[in-house]
Amino acid sequence: MSKLLVIAFAPDEAVRSVGFAQAVGLPYDILFLTGEPATDLGADRCLAANLSEVPPADGIARFLADFAAEYSHVAALSSMRSKDVMARVAGRMRAGMITDAIGVESPSVFRRPILAGSIIETVETLSFPILLTFRPAGFPKPERTGASSVELIAATIVSAATRVAQTAQSGTRPDLGQAKVIVSGGRPLRDAETFERVIGGLADRLGGAVGATRAAVDSGIAHNELQVGQTGKIVAPDLYIAAGISGSTQHMAGIKDSKVIVAINKDPDAPIFEFADLGIVADLYDAIPAFVQALGDS
Amino acid sequence: MKILVPIKRVVDPYSRVRPLPDGSGIDTTGIKFEINPFDEIALEEAVRLRERIGDVEIVAVSLGTSECEEQLRKALAMGADRAILIETDQLYDPLGIANELAALAQEFQPDIVLMGKQATDDDCNQVGQMVAAILELPQATFASKVETVPGGVRVTRETDEGHETLELNFPCLITTDLRLNEPRYVALPGIIKARSKPLDRRPAVTSSSPKIRTVRVEAPPARQAGRMVTGVSELVAILKDKGVL
Repeated sequence: MSKLLVIAFAPDEAVRSVGFAQAVGLPYDILFLTGEPATDLGADRCLAANLSEVPPADGIARFLADFAAEYSHVAALSSMRSKDVMARVAGRMRAGMITDAIGVESPSVFRRPILAGSIIETVETLSFPILLTFRPAGFPKPERTGASSVELIAATIVSAATRVAQTAQSGTRPDLGQAKVIVSGGRPLRDAETFERVIGGLADRLGGAVGATRAAVDSGIAHNELQVGQTGKIVAPDLYIAAGISGSTQHMAGIKDSKVIVAINKDPDAPIFEFADLGIVADLYDAIPAFVQALGDS
Repeated sequence: MKILVPIKRVVDPYSRVRPLPDGSGIDTTGIKFEINPFDEIALEEAVRLRERIGDVEIVAVSLGTSECEEQLRKALAMGADRAILIETDQLYDPLGIANELAALAQEFQPDIVLMGKQATDDDCNQVGQMVAAILELPQATFASKVETVPGGVRVTRETDEGHETLELNFPCLITTDLRLNEPRYVALPGIIKARSKPLDRRPAVTSSSPKIRTVRVEAPPARQAGRMVTGVSELVAILKDKGVL
C-alpha cells in the first residue's frame, strides 16, 4: 500500500515536514521518536516512541527498518542526524534513498541539488520502499487542523556503538534551520571574541541566529555547528546577512533559498555580490555598528 | 590492523560544471577529475593511524571505469599499500556501490572501513551508512577526531548541535568530515614509488540493478540580479520595505 511515514527525530521537525508529506500526496503517519506528538498536522496516525534521546545509528536504524516495512515512503527532514540514520535504514532494508529532496514531481520522481547546488537532478525511484530526506524550504507551511490518534510504540533499542559524550544545543539564539534572520561571518572576523561581539551582537539585535563560513570554523573563530554551506547547515531565512564572506560555491549552496541575501564586503569583486539581493562595499567593522545604530534610531 | 579506504573519482569540486544541452548528464569537457575530497581525508587518516600505531595495511578501492586508476595511483602515492579497481562501465546507485564494497570487505576483513561522508559530485551521503548496515558494523559518520582504544576506536563526530563522542569495537565503519585532518601534499618521490605498488583489477561481483535513476539534470533557476546600495541607512530602509526587518 502506498503510504508515507514521516520520522521526526525531534518533535519540532514534524510541523516542518508536513509540507513535504502533502506535496507527495499520499496519506501519512508521523513517528515522533522523542517528545510529545503534535496531533493537528493532518496525519492518519501519530506514533510516539517516547525515547529520551535518539540512540546511535546502528540501533535506531534497526528499529526503524522493522517499523518502516509497511510503508512505501519513509521520509525525514534533512539534518546530520537524519543522514546518519536514514541511509543506514535504507542499507538495512536494501532500499534506495533520495537525499535532500527540494521538489516533488510525483510520488516516484523528485528533484534534488547535486554538485553543491550548481546542478538540479531529477531522480526517479524504481522500487519501493524509498527512503528520503528533504529540505523544507520549498514546501508550503501547512494549516494546522484535525486531531490524529496517538499510538504509543514500544521501542527497545540496543546499539553496538556507545555514546560517551555529547554537547547540548547551546545558548538562547534560534536554531539555524528555523531562524527568520541569520547573520553570518567569515574569516575577516579575526578571532572568536570579535566574531561573537560583531556577528553575535547584530544577530541578537535582530533576534536572529548566527552562522559562519567553513573558513571561519576551520580557523577556530566559530563553532562547527554554525557552519553554513554544502557540507554544513542548509538555511532558508527571510534575511541572510553575510559579513566578510567572499561567496564560495560551497557556501552559497547553503543559503540560496534565503528570501533576501545582504552582502557586506570591502572587496567590490567578491563573488557574493553576484548572488546577493543587496550589497554594500564596506568594511564590516564600519558597516555593522552603523547598521545596529540605524536600527536603534527607528 | 587492516583499513579499507573506498576512493571515488569525482569532477574537480572547484570547477564550474554545466549540464549537457540534452540534460542527460554533466558536460565534462575540459574538466579535471580528482579524488573525492572527503575520501582523501579518509586516506590521510588511515596513513596517520599507521604512523601512530605501526602495523597497518591500507587498501584503497575504487568502483568504475579504468579511468579511476588515476585516482588510485594518487592514493598509492599518498600512502595506501595497494589498490583494487573494481572495473565496470555500468552505472551504480549508492546501494549498488555499497553492495560491491561490502562484498570486498567480506573478503578482505578490514578492522576499519574508512571513507568520505559524501561525494562532492552527487552529494548523496549514503554509501558509508549502507555499507555499515549491510555488514552490520557499528558506524561513526562525520568524524572530526579518531583515536584508537583497546579493541576499537573512540570517534568524535560532528552533529547538528556540535559534537558527540562514540566508542566502537572493531570491526567498524567511519566516515570523515572536513575537520578531521588536512591531507598531505604528495611529493614526486611518492608518486614514483607508487608506480611499483600493486594495483589489481577485478570485475564487479554483484549485479547492478539500481533502485534509483537520474531522469535529467539542469541548471538551477538563476537568482535575479541584485543591486548595490551606498549606505547602511538606505539598506535598512529597503529591508524594512521588504518586510524582513
